[in-house]
Amino acid sequence: MSKLKKHINRSSHLFLPLSVLVLLIIVNLIKGADYFRITMVNGAFYGNIPNILFGASELVILSIGMTLVTAASRGQDISIGENGAITSAIFVWYVLNAGEVTLLTILVGFFISCVAGILIGAFNGTLVSVFNVQPMVATLILFLGGRSIAFMIDGKVSPILANEISNKIGTVIPGIPIHTPIILTAVFIAIVAVVLKKTNLRLYVESVGINPSAVRLNGIDPKKIIFLTFLIMGVCSAVAGFIAVNKAGRHDSVNLLKFIMMDAILAVALGGNSLGGGKFSITGSIIGAYTIEMLNRTLLRLEVNPEAIKAFKAVFIIVLMVIASPVVRVFVRKVLDKAKTIGKASSLSTPDSRQMD
Amino acid sequence: MKKLPRVGLLLLMVMLVLSYGSAIVAAEELIKIGIVNLPPEESGYRQANVEDMNRVFSRENGYDAKQTNTADNSEQIAAARGYIRDGVDYLLISAANASGWDDVLQSAKRAGVRVILFDREIDTDPSNYEVALLSDMYYEGELAVNWVLNNVPEPINLVLIRGQMGSAAEIGRSAAVLKAAEEGKLTIVADGTGGDTWSLEEARKVVEAAIAANKDFNVIYAQNDGMAQGAVQALEAAGISHGKDGKVKIIGFDFNRFALRNVQAGYWDADVQCNPRQAAEIEKWIRTGNIPSGIVYQEEIVLDSNTITDEDIEKYGINVDPGKGVITR
Repeated sequence: MSKLKKHINRSSHLFLPLSVLVLLIIVNLIKGADYFRITMVNGAFYGNIPNILFGASELVILSIGMTLVTAASRGQDISIGENGAITSAIFVWYVLNAGEVTLLTILVGFFISCVAGILIGAFNGTLVSVFNVQPMVATLILFLGGRSIAFMIDGKVSPILANEISNKIGTVIPGIPIHTPIILTAVFIAIVAVVLKKTNLRLYVESVGINPSAVRLNGIDPKKIIFLTFLIMGVCSAVAGFIAVNKAGRHDSVNLLKFIMMDAILAVALGGNSLGGGKFSITGSIIGAYTIEMLNRTLLRLEVNPEAIKAFKAVFIIVLMVIASPVVRVFVRKVLDKAKTIGKASSLSTPDSRQMD
Repeated sequence: MKKLPRVGLLLLMVMLVLSYGSAIVAAEELIKIGIVNLPPEESGYRQANVEDMNRVFSRENGYDAKQTNTADNSEQIAAARGYIRDGVDYLLISAANASGWDDVLQSAKRAGVRVILFDREIDTDPSNYEVALLSDMYYEGELAVNWVLNNVPEPINLVLIRGQMGSAAEIGRSAAVLKAAEEGKLTIVADGTGGDTWSLEEARKVVEAAIAANKDFNVIYAQNDGMAQGAVQALEAAGISHGKDGKVKIIGFDFNRFALRNVQAGYWDADVQCNPRQAAEIEKWIRTGNIPSGIVYQEEIVLDSNTITDEDIEKYGINVDPGKGVITR
């Protein structure tokens, strides 16, 4: 019994994202009972759920990095979309200049773009950890300039990535019934899970976010931890950029991953994480990211007028956040408890129901 | 004190070089042009536009042109004032924002600088500029809708994917569709938007939602090429045929070369031009001294799988050419 209680307490931080997700699923099921239907199209699963998993892949990966950055640095990286645009520009540049496109060139290109992502992360991380610039201000630089850099790498055009392998990475590999971006996202999540399980990263990041001075007294340099989270964020950006550009089939430096940091920050918040740093839940952020994708699609499913769709999204988010907020949660628990005691009291007074017990 | 003669010498040299430079300019009698434009990284359209301006208003063609590229309206206005102070003969403006230009246009007028607007209109008295050379977004919409009405078998059930809501391009390109729907010539079965970034991903979601809702449609009307691409990706994933021999006809806008190659390959069906190359026309006006007044619309065309040629793609297209037969999925 106490074990169960402990478990509930431990997963209570998932109450917010899960309740929001459940609410959205209910709305979708009211609109049509076939919401979960999955069919096979051209040898791959197709339906609302696969579409959500497919569409949210970049956001999920970015929100993982955002969670770590937020937890350690108590601020947000707003340049993630631009970083993804730069790293994917480097990826495309390499692939187009490496001659014939083979799996090897794609892999090398991906590796190079990850290195670029780490360098970008190092740039942001240095500003934040060494020079003590606020994360949002430090990353504002690349937010403003990043797309110009990507545009220059692209040679002032939108290069086309029309090769078979890219197409398979962006869609589906024959013989595998799941879209490749979904698989890549799952692999990425698995790697992050293993890293968090096997290393002290979680402990260090959380303690830096909670009290950097105390961490320093214990012999850990908080600057290094913050720097490290930005490096991880850089890798996340590179992976997200890689998936995005292979999905799109061409590198559009202007629009690739544009404004995705808004959704990533929202995913972190929806995940029950404090934007002020400290304890974090990556599971929550991942659920938050899928929730946002589901929300976007729910609005389309409800056929909201295109003029009003943004306002509706805002209203939905506010309503969801309020419904799932701790204040309402406590209130609901109180009401339920009251109802329970009243129920018990009434059951005590009637002997019949006592026998039923 | 030893330094003084050296500094003096340096100054003398600088002055000599400068006067020599200006002497050359004066000798050739270049026409001075100030171009206030948006930044090339804004879009493929703008990149083609900026390059075209640089190519046409070159020294070889007899122009001394300077171009300022910024998306900030106040920076644009400051640049325009700078050009007026420099005493340019012509001021070419593609404004980031349609308002706030009255003062600077009037001071241009007082200074005798002739103002030509291109691509974007400005909310001001028409007497404040000579002429505006624009793309008629309503006309582009009509071109597209006429193509749809003539080439798609009845009944026409259309998925409308709009661009940034409220932008001139979205309003114009939507107007013809909405009018045709009102007149009962076609039915809009789904109405969505790619948002402020004319996003490929959003367009894909719009079509996926239409498919999930079991909507029956046979045309996708996407207001730019990127969104048409996203829409087709949704069809591909759902196993719905499209293009020349397929069920769903695809029409996009902007004449990106990858889009035109897709049309040529029959992967899409048609594309409508949005011409970024206004420079040649403006240059002709300046050279002949025969500048029209008011608003002049560019001639624009629609190309489909049956009419498109390699020359069209080379001549009218913007952005990189993936090459003949290459489909951008």
